[in-house]
Amino acid sequence: MGKAYEVPKGLTIMKAMEYAGYQFIRGCGCRGGFCGACGTVYRMPDDYRLKVGLACQTVVADGMYLTQIPVFPANKAVYDVEKLRPVLGDMLKLYPELTRCLGCNTCTKACPQDLDVMNYMAAAMRGDIARVADMSFDCLMCGLCAVRCPAETVQYNIAILARRIYGRHVAPRAAHLASRVEELLDGAFDLRLDELTKLTRAELEALYNERDIEPE
Amino acid sequence: MNVSYTPKMNESIQAVEATRQRRYAERHLRLSPEEKQRLLKEFHPDFRPDTMRPIKVGVSKGSVMPHELVDVLESRSRLDPDIFPLDKIDYDVDVLVIGGGGAGASTALMAHAAGADVLLVTKLRLGDANTMMAQGGIQAADKANDSPALHYLDVMGGGGFVNKPELVKALVYDAPLAIKWLEDLGCMFDKEPDGTMITQHGGGTCRKRMHAARDYSGAEIMRTLRDEVRNRGIPVLEFSPAVELLSDGEGTCRGAVIMNLETKEFFVVRAKTVVVSTGGFGRLHIDDFPTTNHYGATADGLVMTYRLGGRLVFLDATQFHPTGAAYPEQIVGLLITEKVRSLGAQLVNVYGEQFVYPLETRDAVSSAIIRECLEREKGIVTETGQPGVWLDSPMIEQIHGEGTILRSLPAMYRQYARFDIDMRKTPILVFPTLHYQNGGVDIRDDTSVTTVENLFVAGETSGGVHGRNRLMGNSLLDVVVFGRRAGMAAAEKARHVKPGALSLAHVSRYHKELDDAGITKDKVSPILLPPYARYQSVPGADPAV
Repeated sequence: MGKAYEVPKGLTIMKAMEYAGYQFIRGCGCRGGFCGACGTVYRMPDDYRLKVGLACQTVVADGMYLTQIPVFPANKAVYDVEKLRPVLGDMLKLYPELTRCLGCNTCTKACPQDLDVMNYMAAAMRGDIARVADMSFDCLMCGLCAVRCPAETVQYNIAILARRIYGRHVAPRAAHLASRVEELLDGAFDLRLDELTKLTRAELEALYNERDIEPE
Repeated sequence: MNVSYTPKMNESIQAVEATRQRRYAERHLRLSPEEKQRLLKEFHPDFRPDTMRPIKVGVSKGSVMPHELVDVLESRSRLDPDIFPLDKIDYDVDVLVIGGGGAGASTALMAHAAGADVLLVTKLRLGDANTMMAQGGIQAADKANDSPALHYLDVMGGGGFVNKPELVKALVYDAPLAIKWLEDLGCMFDKEPDGTMITQHGGGTCRKRMHAARDYSGAEIMRTLRDEVRNRGIPVLEFSPAVELLSDGEGTCRGAVIMNLETKEFFVVRAKTVVVSTGGFGRLHIDDFPTTNHYGATADGLVMTYRLGGRLVFLDATQFHPTGAAYPEQIVGLLITEKVRSLGAQLVNVYGEQFVYPLETRDAVSSAIIRECLEREKGIVTETGQPGVWLDSPMIEQIHGEGTILRSLPAMYRQYARFDIDMRKTPILVFPTLHYQNGGVDIRDDTSVTTVENLFVAGETSGGVHGRNRLMGNSLLDVVVFGRRAGMAAAEKARHVKPGALSLAHVSRYHKELDDAGITKDKVSPILLPPYARYQSVPGADPAV
């Protein structure tokens, strides 16, 4: 940040920057480790290694020298998920750079969620879409893997492509859901719902108190 | 001895450990209805008269709402409505969607699919919203033993039987349709090997209808919707909040003025229909409570809609979740799921004593924790001044066997492990946290605003769906169901709307009302961002000049 600030001990990078007077526009989102808006790169004194973390989840330390990477100019393929097939070929058509992975493991080291990014990329190169979907599930799409990737792949966009193909074409469909939708569209519940909307409060309360509860 | 806790906390933890064995057999008495009423009246922010006041202006004049909300409603526009130029139109579209969370993204997708020319504007990034943070799940009556009628009863009972019936009907009717839509988009719901959805109970449900995607349910839904908005090529302007709605001079919406949050440049958007889906008011910190909410939850949509005549309902009912994290500082206000208590963890004070039955309703548990800390002074106060009580999580492992926490509460476990706190071995500190805006803008079941033409509101900004209290799993459902309805209705309506002249006359009138009510001119809203930056002002040096 180009200058030193003194802040109280124990603050996160995010709260320390606010203490120093910064009003976030970029680089701040859910403030709870879910949205990936606050990816941060930093160095510590006497350590040549570049470290990464989420500003909302990482505590500041003496001499921490940092900058935020709140938005990364990532390559995102555009597709119609309906028309994709769960095969390597379709992934490669959208992301041909997938095969450029060097296996250097820098992405895994950069992941603030501790995901095994390199190995889900290996699974992607084998066309094992279910494995990519499973291994990448907790991804926040913060982009820190892509920032550090020497092969210039965008791991998190490849991962969401795999998850959407998996969810749409590989995971078994919920038969009970499809039949409930059919019943609804046939009007099977219309009459009962209309009746309910016309009940008095006392009538509703009685029905509510009488309803049986499915056991745990 | 846990080095992540202060010596004072460790001392208290020893007391908690000393009483634990005895407490396994100890069941705290449940509150009688009278005791509960008294507790709520004295300690719940909704019932305390000092937390609210009636609003002095606008269509809901006289309605009682939290001070922090009334403050932003009784503020001036960023624009001087008498001189702001509206002759140059920067964007001219069919449907303008304001807000890029679950509701806004669903709206944009449906309106676009219906053939409308859509523009989505959002204050931060697309997907920066409470939707992204929802862990628990999404309700839908799609199992054979369940029905939309049972779901209807649960929603009404949870809301105190005052919910708007047509909205509840829409919510429960559309629920399976919404889940099917998400499944078709490739959302990875938790399923059995044969495809059957894995569903659980939530507080106040009579059937197990809580669908989940591990404990990233909202994130999975939001990132799928966001990916789809990008695939469809729908134009999105990020870091571009709306700061005022535009009208025909009377009660018809005709667009909005948006602002580039970084360059502070303003743009005029003319639209045939407008959908407001900006989320709730958590970051206004009602009654100074910490919040589970996203950085952007500053009630922008309520403010703009109210100036144009949108009626506000149920805004005196705020949902406080009893167990927000109170320590460590990094996660203060974040949600500790109710599941921790339903698995057997008790709430105990600084001396290791129980003070409330842990599974009373959320409002009662919240009030009891507040009383224990603020009146009886038997809470623990952290270095930053945050009070809290212990949630004795190690009991879970003893009751259900070792490994239960890792299996049933993995996200929770990780959250604490990040700060070297092992919740399997030491209790965690909690305090109530502001979770949800139950009320909002009064809408019909197609999300159209009851008192403004060509204006629609979907998601947390709207009110009436949940009455005075929302059930778990019905907010993710709300944003998808009413987002979809808003998209379809706004696109359909736009076919029949002829664009006309743009006006800010409604803002001039609102300012006049503020003047007449003797309200000072120093405050501006929507505030857009919560004022967390610490500024040290120096006389004679105002950076704003």
